[in-house]
Amino acid sequence: MSPASIAMNRFGYGFCARTPAPDDPHRFLLRQFDDFDAAPPAIAGRLSTRAKTGEMLELLRRLRKDARTIGAMEQGASATMTADTAMAQNPRTAALAGLPPEYREKLMDARRVLADDVAVRVELALSSPAPMAERLVHFWSNHFSVTVGKPGTQFEVGPHEFTAIRPHVLGRFSDMLKAAILHPAMLIYLDQVQSIGPNAPFTRMRAQRGGDGAQQQRLRGLNENLAREVLELHTLGVGGGYSQEDVTELARALTGWTVPGVGRVGRLAQAQPSGAAFIAQVHESGARRVLGRTYPASEAAQALAILDDLAAHPATARHIAGKFACHFAGDTPPPALVTRLETNFLATGGDLASLARTLIEAPEAWAPAPVKFRTPFEWLVGALRLTGANALPAQRIVGALTQLGQAPWGAPSPAGYDDFAVSWAGPDALVRRVEMAERLARNAPQEGVIARAEAAFPGALSQPTLTQLKRAESGQQALALLLVSPEMMRR
Amino acid sequence: MKTALDRRSLLTGSLILGAGSLALPRVAFAQGSGTRNLLFVLLRGAADGMAMLAPVGDPGLEALRAASLADYEGAPRLGSFFAVHPALSEIAKSAQSGEALFVHAAATAYRERSHFDGQNLIESGGTAPYATKDGWLNRLAAMMNEGAPAPLRPLAIAQAVPLALRGSAPVSNYAPSALPKASEDLIARVSQLYAADSQLGPLWSSALETQAMAADDGLTNLRDAKAAGELAASLMREDAGARIGMIELGGWDTHANQRGAFARSARQLDALLAAYKVGMGASWADTMVVVATEFGRTARLNGTGGTDHGTASAALIMGGTVRGGRVVADWPGLATRQLYDGRDLAPTIALESVLAGAVAEHLQLDPARTMARLFAGRTATPLSGIVRA
Repeated sequence: MSPASIAMNRFGYGFCARTPAPDDPHRFLLRQFDDFDAAPPAIAGRLSTRAKTGEMLELLRRLRKDARTIGAMEQGASATMTADTAMAQNPRTAALAGLPPEYREKLMDARRVLADDVAVRVELALSSPAPMAERLVHFWSNHFSVTVGKPGTQFEVGPHEFTAIRPHVLGRFSDMLKAAILHPAMLIYLDQVQSIGPNAPFTRMRAQRGGDGAQQQRLRGLNENLAREVLELHTLGVGGGYSQEDVTELARALTGWTVPGVGRVGRLAQAQPSGAAFIAQVHESGARRVLGRTYPASEAAQALAILDDLAAHPATARHIAGKFACHFAGDTPPPALVTRLETNFLATGGDLASLARTLIEAPEAWAPAPVKFRTPFEWLVGALRLTGANALPAQRIVGALTQLGQAPWGAPSPAGYDDFAVSWAGPDALVRRVEMAERLARNAPQEGVIARAEAAFPGALSQPTLTQLKRAESGQQALALLLVSPEMMRR
Repeated sequence: MKTALDRRSLLTGSLILGAGSLALPRVAFAQGSGTRNLLFVLLRGAADGMAMLAPVGDPGLEALRAASLADYEGAPRLGSFFAVHPALSEIAKSAQSGEALFVHAAATAYRERSHFDGQNLIESGGTAPYATKDGWLNRLAAMMNEGAPAPLRPLAIAQAVPLALRGSAPVSNYAPSALPKASEDLIARVSQLYAADSQLGPLWSSALETQAMAADDGLTNLRDAKAAGELAASLMREDAGARIGMIELGGWDTHANQRGAFARSARQLDALLAAYKVGMGASWADTMVVVATEFGRTARLNGTGGTDHGTASAALIMGGTVRGGRVVADWPGLATRQLYDGRDLAPTIALESVLAGAVAEHLQLDPARTMARLFAGRTATPLSGIVRA
């Protein structure tokens, strides 16, 4: 690959006829930091759906009282999942049919909101003057992966990326961490909204009142899910030197963080800048000890203080540097590059613009042979940019990404989508891309394919690919072949 | 499969017309008919072994699981001690008719409680997370390929090849697609486009072989567990099918309101295996299904009616060759002092020795060598007596 091709394809989303070709590849990338719009009109103009989240959860709570509908409702909720795996439940329509009408309406609304947000994400990646910054948004969004499935998340996963990730991709890691972890999407996804302090005032009051067996059974307690993932996935990483007790202590500190408008004590909620709410009555008050450091009781501020320290931890720097290098410089990135990124992260206190600049300036990131197999999302966005076709309707974009195996906000686990070739370079994936390419080419401008190929991969188009493009029986077929060429599959 | 065969010959035809220098993919089934089939089902999310196969004979169960005990009234029994979850009724029938067995209180060497590390270990077969880069099923295929005239073709029924099947032995994957099929002409040209590419070329050849076999599946996704089981059978039952298959089922991470959530996932598993068994037809006699999960869950129900990440769980082995109708367990007990860390079902059997023992006996490989190859660095001996003599 030539430096110009690397700048467009390895660091960005590939060629787009509307944007100028890279003159100086380094400058081409660095300039994007200035051109990046953290709050473009498509996001700024998006109506808030926060109220819908609380409404949906409350409706569900009301309906759950009718025990007979529980099964059907949960099936309906999982039917909104976009992941095309055997884990989803019955076919979506059948599940929806058995739902109470008011809940069905909410689910349909949720699906529309989700599809629109996927379309916004794709449209931004297609038209952005700063494709590398868009890649950063999607990298960090996957690092702090949230998945639709639990009721209410459909209204929140888009805003999570748009307002908790995007504004910080060239800012500070600690700010992104706090915003991403304490956002309603994450709080619902990893069960934080269900977690209450075992000795919190609310819990004691409920225990004193007693109640029937069923109510006792529903009495909630501490849930460690979010705390564990924060340590394992978002900050220190596996082997980052934390213990089960650190997990439990962080879980205790996180109690009280929830979603506005939910639950019996919802009226006591204090609004938080992350869009979440803090309810002191369910917070486990007291000093907490995490990784050997003591945090005095300070209600909502306690979790923030712990997250700040986790963000600055050397294990976090190592973990982030490794993932960042792997994403841009290959499944097994050069150790020298990882060290350089780690040193930079520690020296700047997690300045993510500086981290990205360090990557761009690192010679290891410009290895001439392709270093990564494009993920389905990268491939589809690259393909749409290259075809120059008009934007697809929201539902078709969701359908295409689902078929390709990487629907946004549909990762199979909180670890997000895998970032290794072995996960994506399968026989089945190739078939799907070929099927998709043929369809995309049918509805796109079909002239000048060879010139486009040369512009998309300047100085990097292989002879076999060029031969096949020239031999194609039509512009449409040439375009389809270009979309699945080895040059398009790897970066 | 009549249509499939027609489509296969059609595809082969178009390849010959369009492929030029491309060597036709060799259909690699030298092990041929009469050889044995293995399907590995990975339950992702840590399936609760104590819900799957409840130790109703243990006096400690009631204190831990009072709220879910009603589920096992009238549930199928295996002996007087264990009851099979009622949503696993087809599996229970197989067990009672002597061709399925459960192993209980089994765990891999992993003793932490992270799904990702746990799944990494049960798939890689390594002793530490992320230390082993390939998967044990792939190493199994590699072992069987040694000295064989042509390699086996293991197949993942999934949109992406899972870690257990990744490695040096060639593998394939397939999942139903809702996209319209690409035109024959484009397919032929893509074959030429990838002919010289060392990564894409082999992947593409392998894709075409599987596509040909599954062409009439009529499915657009894997959501319907019964259809997924039928699909797995259609890709494995014929001489030209895959001998080793893998399929994943999620939905087991039941942190809250476990009763409903577990029953739904269990019904999926039950439907999948029942359909697979029917679909395999006469080949079922030579087939083994192994079902396992990364680790178990806490013995006690938590404050939200669910269970959290634990240690030991249950595994299921089923098939025409299995000496079933029993539970293999060295039962650790449920009193608080008997629980692992005071909270989890304690592991008394190494899951690695279950997996190695089962596949070695079924595939007629040397058990010790299989253990050493698939799960290096273990001291446990492979479990024996799984397959009927």
